[in-house]
Amino acid sequence: MAHDPGPHEPHHHPHADHDHGHDHPHHGSALSPMELRVRALESILVEKGYVEPAAMDALIETYETRIGPRNGARVVARAWVDPAYRERLLADGTAAIRELGIGGRGGEHMVVVANTPEEHNLVVCTLCSCYPWPVLGLPPVWYKSPPYRSRAVIDPRGVLEEFGVALPATTRIRVWDSTAELRFMVLPMRPEGTEDLDEAALADLVTRDAMIGTGLPQGGRA
Amino acid sequence: MSAPPDPPVFAEPWEAQVFAMVVSLQDAGLFTPGEWAEALGAASRRGGGPTDYALWLETVEGLLAARGVTAPGALEARRAAFARAAAATPHGEPIRLENDPGA
Repeated sequence: MAHDPGPHEPHHHPHADHDHGHDHPHHGSALSPMELRVRALESILVEKGYVEPAAMDALIETYETRIGPRNGARVVARAWVDPAYRERLLADGTAAIRELGIGGRGGEHMVVVANTPEEHNLVVCTLCSCYPWPVLGLPPVWYKSPPYRSRAVIDPRGVLEEFGVALPATTRIRVWDSTAELRFMVLPMRPEGTEDLDEAALADLVTRDAMIGTGLPQGGRA
Repeated sequence: MSAPPDPPVFAEPWEAQVFAMVVSLQDAGLFTPGEWAEALGAASRRGGGPTDYALWLETVEGLLAARGVTAPGALEARRAAFARAAAATPHGEPIRLENDPGA
């Protein structure tokens, strides 16, 4: 960060009288109402032995950094280069994903649906934003918004166009509604002109949105 | 040629704490993933707002109160204690419940 003395740079001015006479204490801290609620609940649950702070920190660290859409991208790239894996993936998503060492909480009951020139798949959760965390990371904000959840069902083509995905009129759109018992992931089509890429380079083309169906892989065309 | 970075999954630290609490409570067996999805879905339909982490917090508070794990009065008192502790904690230092001068 560059040192750019802005108007708020402290300690460079002699004390003016407005430094005193505030209603609130100068040197204390403050927590937002949401922070207070979370801290209160957490501290009671820790006292009662239901949660452990260290375990919670580990969970957050895992979901923020190690787990994420890159896991799903590995699955897609493998399916693109290995037809036998692709078959297993479409037959039993959970088992095929576990072959790559990906799974666990939120990654059970995976169903993988493949895009074709005739059919494009779009995933939504109208009930409560169920989402396969281990494969795709945590859901984007829009996935959890009521307009996406309702409009994806009523007007999927319009929603896709807003995401910049214009499909040929001949391509059907199927909308899959995720639940806690059934979580969907889209297997996008391999972009043309990627015959020379290896599996790792292919995985780099796979975006999170491509696996929800609101996007296409980099270089992909509808 | 590489995929664009994904946006941060949590907008603020408290959102991450709520997420971790809900997952931990499922691990502890206080409710199943199905019960959680049902409660969150019901709260979402009632509120009509986004299924964001504020709704997660409201839902988990409601579930725990319904099961007698955390009484609303105890939560209220604990929030007040944390607010007093924060005010008594020098800026930049960790806020601990032990710093509550009213304790």
